[in-house]
Amino acid sequence: MTIAAYIKQNKPILNVYFTAGYPELGDTGRTVLALQREGVQMIEVGMPYSDPMADGETIQNSSAHAIKNGMTIELLFSQLSEIKSEVNIPLVFMGYLNQWMQFGKEKFLIEAKKAGIGALIIPDLPLDVYETEYKELVEKHGLSMSFLITPNTSNERIKKAAKLSSAFLYVVSQSSITGTSAGVSMEQLAYFKRINDLSLEIPRLIGFGISDAESFNQACQYADGAIIGSAFIKALQRDNLEPSISTFIKSILETSR
Amino acid sequence: MTFQPTDQGFYGEYGGAFVPEMLHANVEELRQNYLKFSETEEFKKEFQSLLKDYVGRPTPLYFAKRLTEKYGSKIYLKREDLCHTGAHKVNNTIGQILLAEKLGKKRIIAETGAGQHGVATATVCALKGLQCIVYMGEHDIKRQAPNVSRMKMLGAEVRPALSGSKTLKDATNEAIRDWINNPNDTFYIIGSVVGPHPYPDMVARFQSVISEEIKWQLQEHEGRENPDMVIACVGGGSNAAGAFYHFMEDERVKLVAAEAAGLGVDSGKSAATSLLGTNGILHGSRTLLMQTADGQVIEPYSVSAGLDYPGIGPLHAHLITSGRAKSYPITDDEALESVLEVSRLEGIIPALETAHAFSVLNKIEHHKDQVIVVNLSGRGDKDLNTYIEHFNF
Ligand SMILES: Cc1ncc(COP(=O)(O)O)c(C=O)c1O
Repeated sequence: MTIAAYIKQNKPILNVYFTAGYPELGDTGRTVLALQREGVQMIEVGMPYSDPMADGETIQNSSAHAIKNGMTIELLFSQLSEIKSEVNIPLVFMGYLNQWMQFGKEKFLIEAKKAGIGALIIPDLPLDVYETEYKELVEKHGLSMSFLITPNTSNERIKKAAKLSSAFLYVVSQSSITGTSAGVSMEQLAYFKRINDLSLEIPRLIGFGISDAESFNQACQYADGAIIGSAFIKALQRDNLEPSISTFIKSILETSR
Repeated sequence: MTFQPTDQGFYGEYGGAFVPEMLHANVEELRQNYLKFSETEEFKKEFQSLLKDYVGRPTPLYFAKRLTEKYGSKIYLKREDLCHTGAHKVNNTIGQILLAEKLGKKRIIAETGAGQHGVATATVCALKGLQCIVYMGEHDIKRQAPNVSRMKMLGAEVRPALSGSKTLKDATNEAIRDWINNPNDTFYIIGSVVGPHPYPDMVARFQSVISEEIKWQLQEHEGRENPDMVIACVGGGSNAAGAFYHFMEDERVKLVAAEAAGLGVDSGKSAATSLLGTNGILHGSRTLLMQTADGQVIEPYSVSAGLDYPGIGPLHAHLITSGRAKSYPITDDEALESVLEVSRLEGIIPALETAHAFSVLNKIEHHKDQVIVVNLSGRGDKDLNTYIEHFNF
């Protein structure tokens, strides 16, 4: 089943972002399995980057920490490969274009696929560069893409991002970096409605500023699910990893169902 | 070979606009408007009148008699240190503030390393009555304290960047994040020929007044427009871009970039990007970048805050990799020696950044018919604390 079809079938989707190699280098696999056990439907695995332009303080700090721990892309792929047979929900890779470039344009896709990754989110990969330089390779290796749209994205451009996205469209809830939270404003409502009116085929997940059950439930009214990142990172406890994950996910899902 | 960017901002394989979607609309607005506005007669008139009456242009092209006697080539200094605020940076901020006004922006943000660009931005914001926020690495706030006070006097808010090595790269990250958070009312005045297209081209155009003046000034001095060599220091590369601009297409003019080698190119404490860098993406542009095999950006090092940056502008990446320009790595100690030499031979105390350009004079061959222009990008007042400590005054 494609990731897009999976989302339609299992919505509303809770997609949780975490930084690989954080809090400890070896926590990547444990975190994926704990999230799956708690009933999360999808996981966004963040490859830490030294200069994460689109991310706020929380993810920037967890990333710096993970890099110090020794996290590399190669290690990430091998950590994910080790648990691959136990994972039965989609894994999405989130990282920056420079990391992909340095690892090797095609080698990256081959290894990502082998590690069980189904889709990629690369926030600084522009749509037109993707179309001319990457699309063919991504499709050749059977991976999907998710592109971001924001309140400042024109309808025409939303349609283009939707067309190029094969997993889901990443609806950035507000004009901000990650980790900034606020309730749903009138402006956001108009933006969500504007997207609805485009009757896009591709499923949509809302991210940025989703931090608790309330904002998650709100987001799910306007899309096929939502993504929680910074709030989850903040909830992680180094010496109490699985229980802290369980408590946080329960706080989202138990009030939702 | 051409050194003008394509419509999408590529100089050969370098440049472009690799920005997250959150910045797409802003960068696109600028791309569609920067030439439309800056090429109008009205804009040019206002820009030129401010450069003349406010900045004090044209800056002199000074024949440096005693440096000439010492080295044996005919050495001229392009006196950007005499610009209002003490460096070339203000040429660019004047241009960008006029654009910001045309686009109706009310809030101005900037990054700064040495503080010269921050001061130049705070200055034009005061001039135009606009709110000004400058991001500066915490480490740079300490080593360039006089400029921090100047910015505050001019009414700007200085916000410390606390991540990474707490220098220019980190200040730039914070400025970009601010722009993402405030996309509608805010104009980001970038201080060098870096960042996503159209910034490198826009900043190079505003700085190109430097080489435009050199041409007619050298004609007056020497009866010819083109020198044999132009030397400039490169942090991001804006003063170098301005000094090279009108000579790039003429292969007879040697273009020389001085880069900060810090404690030495192979010391692990360096910012010699063109030697240590490989192709990558930094601050929205494909360029040469100091990075690990895994694509993590390496923290640079230089005694000079303005050169302490892990990348260079895409124009310079193209000039250097194509062989059109040559770069020389200059260590902290070499630069500091040049500070004293220029002070004592010419009565001019240069900025630490600029001193790197002078050190190149020790690395090249000289002969009496060779005309060299050194771009004296800024004055050394801001570095007095470093000089006092280093020379034990
Ligand atoms: C006097 C002076 N020269 C040079 C630079 C380096 O910048 P760029 O390479 O953009 O000219 C700076 C930056 O702060 C500066 O203050």
